[in-house]
Amino acid sequence: MRIALFIACYNDVLFPDTGKAVTAVLERLGHTVEFPMAQTCCGQMHYNTGYRREADSLVGAFNDAFRGYDAIVTPSGSCGGHVRHHHKTETAPNVYEFSEFLVDVLDVTDVGAYYPHRVTYHPTCHSLRLLRVGDKPLRLLRAVEGIELVELPEAESCCGFGGTFAMKNSETSVAMLQDKMDNVRKTGAPTLCASDNSCLMHIGGGLSRIKSGVRTLHLAEILAATR
Amino acid sequence: MSRDEVNVVWLGSPTFPKAAHDALQDDQLRRNLKHATTTIRDKRLRAVAELDDWETLRLAGSQIKDRVMRHLDTYLLQLEASVTAAGGVVHWAEDAREAKQIVSDLVRAMGATEVVKIKSMATQEIGLNEELDDDGIEATETDLAELIVQLNHDRPSHILVPAIHRNRSEIRDIFRREMGKHGVPAPDDLTDEPRALAEAARVHLREKFLRAKVAISGANFACADTGTVGVVESEGNGRMCLTLPETLITVMGIEKVLPSFSDLEVFLQLLPRSSTAERMNPYTSLWTGVTPGDGPQEFHLILLDNGRTKTLADTAGRSALHCIRCSACLNVCPVYERTGGRSYGSVYPGPIGAVLTPQLVGIGTSDHADSLPFASTLCGACYDACPVRIDIPEMLVHLRAKVVDAHRGGLPKPEALAMKGARMVFGSPRRLAWAERLGAIGGRVAGIGGGRWLPGPAKKWTGARDVPVPARESFRAWWRKAGRR
Repeated sequence: MRIALFIACYNDVLFPDTGKAVTAVLERLGHTVEFPMAQTCCGQMHYNTGYRREADSLVGAFNDAFRGYDAIVTPSGSCGGHVRHHHKTETAPNVYEFSEFLVDVLDVTDVGAYYPHRVTYHPTCHSLRLLRVGDKPLRLLRAVEGIELVELPEAESCCGFGGTFAMKNSETSVAMLQDKMDNVRKTGAPTLCASDNSCLMHIGGGLSRIKSGVRTLHLAEILAATR
Repeated sequence: MSRDEVNVVWLGSPTFPKAAHDALQDDQLRRNLKHATTTIRDKRLRAVAELDDWETLRLAGSQIKDRVMRHLDTYLLQLEASVTAAGGVVHWAEDAREAKQIVSDLVRAMGATEVVKIKSMATQEIGLNEELDDDGIEATETDLAELIVQLNHDRPSHILVPAIHRNRSEIRDIFRREMGKHGVPAPDDLTDEPRALAEAARVHLREKFLRAKVAISGANFACADTGTVGVVESEGNGRMCLTLPETLITVMGIEKVLPSFSDLEVFLQLLPRSSTAERMNPYTSLWTGVTPGDGPQEFHLILLDNGRTKTLADTAGRSALHCIRCSACLNVCPVYERTGGRSYGSVYPGPIGAVLTPQLVGIGTSDHADSLPFASTLCGACYDACPVRIDIPEMLVHLRAKVVDAHRGGLPKPEALAMKGARMVFGSPRRLAWAERLGAIGGRVAGIGGGRWLPGPAKKWTGARDVPVPARESFRAWWRKAGRR
């Protein structure tokens, strides 16, 4: 199977470790992955903010970059959801969010990870309601050796990020963030995990500002950890 | 747009972010809202889980509404014929002004100076009470929550629970202060016990029910084939209005028509479970024209457009008209939960308000309406809760595009420039790699010395959140350096 990495532009710049972790897990499972250098951005930010013309002009380039692969794997549920739902191209149906790809396509839940820490998991809205990944990320986490998973209260409540919403309606966004952070701290877990760095950038930015001591980590980075 | 044409929006409403600012400062409001929405949310999930064919019902509801919208003209003409044949009178109102005029003329022709009202979104949408008041007619809301809002000269903040923003002790104070000015006063020793509050309202309203010659209602449904109109409610006050007065006037949005009586089977299951989390609402009243010697002897049905045919014309936006006003989307919306209904500046708050209001009043006509499609994180909880499967997130994005397009041309705003800039960078991988290197340097410079308080528009982020510092080496650069393919 020819697997392409769709890292998503903000991961490329801000969270390169996530891409490296995805690569490590897939290679550990015996697969060869490629990173099509021509990829830039799926256009979700433009699309969701109403700049549809600008968004549409990025679709063709995305399709060209990823043409010919059997599977296109992304660590961003949000970007993956956008491509699958809004790109009307031949590549769109082959896009998989990382946890979906592991569980549905590769049929694995135990990826040989070791992470002996207390972790709580936030299911991000687009993974949950756009891609319907269900409990796949949790099944992957439960199979991690040494992990202590604690349930996040009101887990399925949105964290308040919402792309440009975080700026346009920053006060409402921060009020939602506040409640999410309170719930995270209630768990006593030092690590908050999610399968989307965009939400984690928002929650993590808040947790760092209040010096909570809680770190945020993408699912792929936990799955990449070994003894 | 003048007040006469469309009343959906409250005059002078600020944009959503501005209105939300005040609501977010109100701790009592946030506590009231959180408590109320969490309770109803959990109850709804339990009520829905009882039916093993819930998803099929939702699909049926959605398909019936689809059909209604495709053939709205046919069904409305059929409804007019059925209602007329059953002894009712049908009036067509193009806008709020026309609808109000028709009601006012009918009431005055009866020589009445007071009317009792059943909770209705359509009459709120056109600002009927204010119009009647101007014409010397006192309209009394008989739904408990609407009465609370009316007595307090307040705005409703929820479709189903208009006084959701008030708690019991606030309601006691309102009753004690206001009831005496409009009829039977509240007892001096009124407590904030729900039973005592309900009893005070019952005594206050009973006198009005027995005296009023005219009642005004909305409609939840109207069946084209039989001419049957229906109202569902919880308190029984509606049934008093529907049976005691001599004349009944119903103001109904044209989208409420259903093809046939048998379609009620679907909606009478979907609505109560979604709205009050009940298997069935306590009172379902159906009437077909007039029946000699039984109930009102005169029945007028006013079919209200007020922006609906304009909404219908947009095939990507029209499913906002499928809404059955259950308010499930409000109760699950994290934005509504924090900001309350009045931040939406319209009689239709929450997610459905954010897609319906701008369409009824027209995109590009006001900063207020244009701000509403952006009042969402697109989390999608509303879509999952909607009993007729209105894809609210998708429609929000559709309307955002219409807002952006309405403002293209002229001097671009900073946001438009940023979007164009980003589009240019993403236009080629080489430009992106170049921007990444520049960003890594700039970002690290800005990050030196804990400099995480950025100026300008970025302050809206850094006011409460640290920014991630761009990595020294992007993923792309790492990949290339590692000589991978």
